[in-house]
Amino acid sequence: MSRFQKEPVKLVPVPSHNIIPERDVDKTPILEVSHLGIDFGGLTAVDDFNMAIGRTEIAGLIGPNGAGKTTVFNLLTKVYQPTRGTIMLDGMDTAGMNTIQVNKLGIARTFQNIRLFKNLSVLDNVLIGLHNEMDYHLAGAVFRMPSYWRAEKIAKERALELLSIFDMQDLADAQAGSLPYGAQRRLEIVRALGTNPSLLLLDEPAAGMNPSETTELMENIQKIRDTFKIAIMLIEHDMSLVMGICEGICVLNYGKVIAKGSPEDIQSNPQVIEAYLGKKKEGN
Amino acid sequence: MKNNQKIIPMPFRYLINIVLFAAVLFLMNTLITGGTISKYYSGVISSIGISIILAVSLNVATGYLGQLPLGHAGFMAVGAYTSALIMRAVMASGFLKTAVGSVAAFPLALLAAGLVAALFGLLIGIPALRLKGDYLAILTLGFGEIIRVVLLNIDNVLGFKLTNGAAGLQKIPKTTTFLITFLCVGVTCFVIHTMMKSRHGRAILSIRENEIAAESCGINTTYYKTLGFVVSAFFAGVAGGLYAGNIGILNPSAFGFMKSIEILVMVVLGGMGSMLGSVLSASVLTALPEFLRSFADYRMIVYSLVLVIVMIFKPSGLMGTYDFSLNGLLDKLIRLIRGDRGTPGGGQSLLTKKEGGTNE
Repeated sequence: MSRFQKEPVKLVPVPSHNIIPERDVDKTPILEVSHLGIDFGGLTAVDDFNMAIGRTEIAGLIGPNGAGKTTVFNLLTKVYQPTRGTIMLDGMDTAGMNTIQVNKLGIARTFQNIRLFKNLSVLDNVLIGLHNEMDYHLAGAVFRMPSYWRAEKIAKERALELLSIFDMQDLADAQAGSLPYGAQRRLEIVRALGTNPSLLLLDEPAAGMNPSETTELMENIQKIRDTFKIAIMLIEHDMSLVMGICEGICVLNYGKVIAKGSPEDIQSNPQVIEAYLGKKKEGN
Repeated sequence: MKNNQKIIPMPFRYLINIVLFAAVLFLMNTLITGGTISKYYSGVISSIGISIILAVSLNVATGYLGQLPLGHAGFMAVGAYTSALIMRAVMASGFLKTAVGSVAAFPLALLAAGLVAALFGLLIGIPALRLKGDYLAILTLGFGEIIRVVLLNIDNVLGFKLTNGAAGLQKIPKTTTFLITFLCVGVTCFVIHTMMKSRHGRAILSIRENEIAAESCGINTTYYKTLGFVVSAFFAGVAGGLYAGNIGILNPSAFGFMKSIEILVMVVLGGMGSMLGSVLSASVLTALPEFLRSFADYRMIVYSLVLVIVMIFKPSGLMGTYDFSLNGLLDKLIRLIRGDRGTPGGGQSLLTKKEGGTNE
């Protein structure tokens, strides 16, 4: 059995009508979302979204195009302020926080359309992710005080270590924009990991990757979860990836949750099939 | 990766630059005080130094932060008048004649000029940096004009003579020397270089590259935008102080919109985000009209022509984002002598090539 092969995880329901892995039941969920909703003018993009994610769970968020998946991510990271509902991260209410504060609290994300610092080196990209891990102040940097050298040395080693997850440490000096598409996606994940998150949000991590790259990504996502002991939530259209690694899946359609459960439950759920494939016509 | 490793260890890299910079300074200073370089030329060299400070400081806001402020001359004016007023007061009090005063008064006045300009940078930066692109350009353009008009008319409001209006401030002690100008150039380049190669500098660069991603990395974008703007204003103020001490007469018309554009042209021509580019183009664009006096009338035509040509053939500016590193060059030489040549791994990134900030 390979190190990254999926171990069967027993899912247990928790009070908020969610399921989280058995190994996390005695701990508070890392993320607990209740009755989350946002309106854009008259349009309700997300409504009554409830979800709990265990501390070491890999959760999937799927749904047809325009279902509001990325909007949920933007709500969690406070790119949008929710109209209704609460988001509890590690038992802390994030109401009134902005993106930066939420990030410091432990949510890191990647973007559907890659948002790397394209003209900077790969290493610099990761070091920017490590920004808040370094603590020297401006004067320390300008006068090159020992605190600067110490923090920079540790940060650089850490950055190379993080890059080595995806075997990218040799690309450290390359320009981020010059990397192939798949590598750019991987770099975004590394940069997000640099902010030392407890919950990692991946927005379509496998988009534009070929099947072998996707398989490798699946292994790496599990490896990240196992090494960093963090929760991962991902949006993905590639069902082999979602069904392969997600322990709990939430299906969204027209801004509403239509199904929640383990991959097996979701695959056989008639509402999900209807959302993806449409309703069978009567008498056809 | 292996080929980009630094051969010369870290403290020495700074030491080499500082020693070399000090040697050049000393040499030039002896030539000037000894009279080999005439007073006229040393004045031109000083004004080159002032231009370098202006261009390098504007480069922080345009090249590194990615904004387009058009009011750099405004900060320069604030610094110039602050320093000039202080120096006139110091001269009137007779402090300038004392041994301590002659050495310490001007640097302190320059510091004050920088700080007052930085304060204005903070005041204008907080509202301005909420805007983007053209809007920020127009707001800062307005700010520059406001400064000029205020300097022109403030006496009537105050009821006593402070800036002397259109006639200008006169009899400012001409305390700007080659040495102090280029010490300021060195300090400016050093501070900006060290700042940009730290977590603070990377945060500023990340805002230029992608603001949303920067925020999602936990970078306080408002703080770092303001920081970049304030640092830019501070050094513009210092340059203004040097300008006042170099010319001896201050007139609000010297700090008009055209001055801001002139500085911007230096930065764009040299390459936004390249300190070397700013230094080179500031030197050339300041020296040329001085050395070709008859040419000065056509300066603006040539400016525009040069800009058009550069923008067509090299839109990123003459130097792009390339930066010179003396130690990088030495590393390469050592490698060449040792014989282990090879292609440097990967692309060259902004700032990774730069080690020699103090060497212009």
